[in-house]
Amino acid sequence: MKQPETAQPFEFVNADVLHNHSGELAEHSLSFRTKAWRELKKNTAAMVSLVFLTFVVVVSLISLVWMPHDPNAQNVSLSNLHPFQNASYLLGTDNLGRDMLSRLLYGTRISLMIAVFATVVDIVIGVPYGLVSGWCGGRVDNIMQRIIEIISSIPELVLIMLLLIIFKPGLTSIVFAISLGSWVLMARLVRASAMQIKSADFVLAAEAMGGSPVKIALKHILPNTMGVVITRTMFTIPAAIFLEALLSFIGIGVKAPNASLGTLLNAGEKGFQFYQYQLWEPVIVLSLMMIAFNLLGDGLRDAFDPNTKG
Amino acid sequence: MKRYICKRLFMMVLTLFIVATLTFFLMKMIPGSPLGNTMKLTKTQQLAVEKQYGLNRPVWQQYLSYMGGLLHGNFGMSYQYTSTSVAELIGRRVGPSILISLQALVLGVVVGIILGSLGALKKGTWVDTTSSTLAVIGISFPSFILAILLQYYLGFKLGLFPVASWDGFPSTVLPTIALSAVPMAQVSRFVRTEMVEVLNSDYILLAKAKGLSTREVVFHHALKNSIIPALTLIGPLAVTLITGSMVVENIFSVPGIGELFINSVLSNDYPVIMGLTMFYCLLLCSIILLTDIVYGLVDPRILSEEKGEH
Repeated sequence: MKQPETAQPFEFVNADVLHNHSGELAEHSLSFRTKAWRELKKNTAAMVSLVFLTFVVVVSLISLVWMPHDPNAQNVSLSNLHPFQNASYLLGTDNLGRDMLSRLLYGTRISLMIAVFATVVDIVIGVPYGLVSGWCGGRVDNIMQRIIEIISSIPELVLIMLLLIIFKPGLTSIVFAISLGSWVLMARLVRASAMQIKSADFVLAAEAMGGSPVKIALKHILPNTMGVVITRTMFTIPAAIFLEALLSFIGIGVKAPNASLGTLLNAGEKGFQFYQYQLWEPVIVLSLMMIAFNLLGDGLRDAFDPNTKG
Repeated sequence: MKRYICKRLFMMVLTLFIVATLTFFLMKMIPGSPLGNTMKLTKTQQLAVEKQYGLNRPVWQQYLSYMGGLLHGNFGMSYQYTSTSVAELIGRRVGPSILISLQALVLGVVVGIILGSLGALKKGTWVDTTSSTLAVIGISFPSFILAILLQYYLGFKLGLFPVASWDGFPSTVLPTIALSAVPMAQVSRFVRTEMVEVLNSDYILLAKAKGLSTREVVFHHALKNSIIPALTLIGPLAVTLITGSMVVENIFSVPGIGELFINSVLSNDYPVIMGLTMFYCLLLCSIILLTDIVYGLVDPRILSEEKGEH
């Protein structure tokens, strides 16, 4: 074997070196991420989606401080204006004379917020659950998997609606209902990924050097599941946006005077025969966001896992 | 195999028991009673109604009698549709739901397989691009919006199909199309990925080397081997169809269980909500179990892997 002092870039290193350079794996995953980013940049659809979504997020943030009109200000004398009919109301007004553009901005922001918070809760529950289940294995894993099986035997939407009946209506309860209904998939993916990494050589090396199981799980396994987590997040967000829209559309989601894309769709559908733009506008925003998130998610999945590339 | 099925059946019964218990106590936790809005009832009338539904007994007695009823297929009485039992209500409503779900499944799977395999065979050409784009749109575009648009443009404007009635095959066409979009996209993506992999495999090369025509290679070798893994999609597809049918039935006023579930949620008809949750749960469990058994028969490797894992 070689002397650690004279280690060259392409030489085998023995365990002492690995031990002395605790930053080794962090470097490894960093370069892995750089590689993934490089791969993603080649994917035009994903990059266009990324730019579009950044734009949507920035616009939503701006709408926190400035909007053309108050989204809830009613002006009945100016109700149901068509788009571009009045310079002050670029996208027209709804049946109560509220500015459609402002309502869209506001609704998109609420929908995005619900989706992002639901995804955060989803990660906070799903990742540790999957990590513990996959890393501990054996009996613990068995029990945790049975629990997941039981939860996933209830269709997601049914579970979410049940939770919504029980919680008091409001934005928080929607966030929790959606994330409690959808964390199972995240946990499953993280578990599968953790089990795969568990058998990797560097984990064996870390164990052989006497690293505590908790430390190995947090330092070696967790960072390496991040690709799966990030990819899954890109599918959870649009799923949450869709669920919110669906629930609000049915009438058990976001309640007036709050607007979300779902409530806008609900309102737009009622007057669709006469004022089609009132439905088409939220439809276009919602669909573009959904398509962009899905394309970006596909791009990320391919970038993180070259094996799935078609 | 026998032992495996027995174990799974036991798990299924346990799952159903836990779900029943949880939903029962969750429904009891909700503040207020279903009679909360009927303030006009006198005290004696209220007591009489409570007695009729067994609400005057202690919770544990209610629980035992509910669970006992479940064993006999008795889900209790509906609050909303007076003097109708939940089982009767579900039985009366399940037909239309199954009809449109199966039609949507067949349509989605057939179109999905065609689109997916065309995409894989003509990889990199405009055919592939078109099929991939359709799949992304199918997954991203919310099915309930598709339902509204179909209802308005094909049903109302062009008058090709009934808009909101339930009368023979023509009235099932639009709900079926709206419901089939997501399965179509899911199947198409799955088949494409599988097919690309299969087409690159050695046995396809061998088949080509034997001088088989492209058609023979595709139909006898590639298609078969790409579709078998798609059996794993059946579980997710069932969830998709259950979710989708709720809203689609709601929009087209299909007298199915999805519409019943949403109506019950909106009107707090707890016995129906609980009954339908159990029904969906049983349905999903059975579908997943059947898929696993069929998959185990088709590909024995899976079964032994599962055995090793647990």
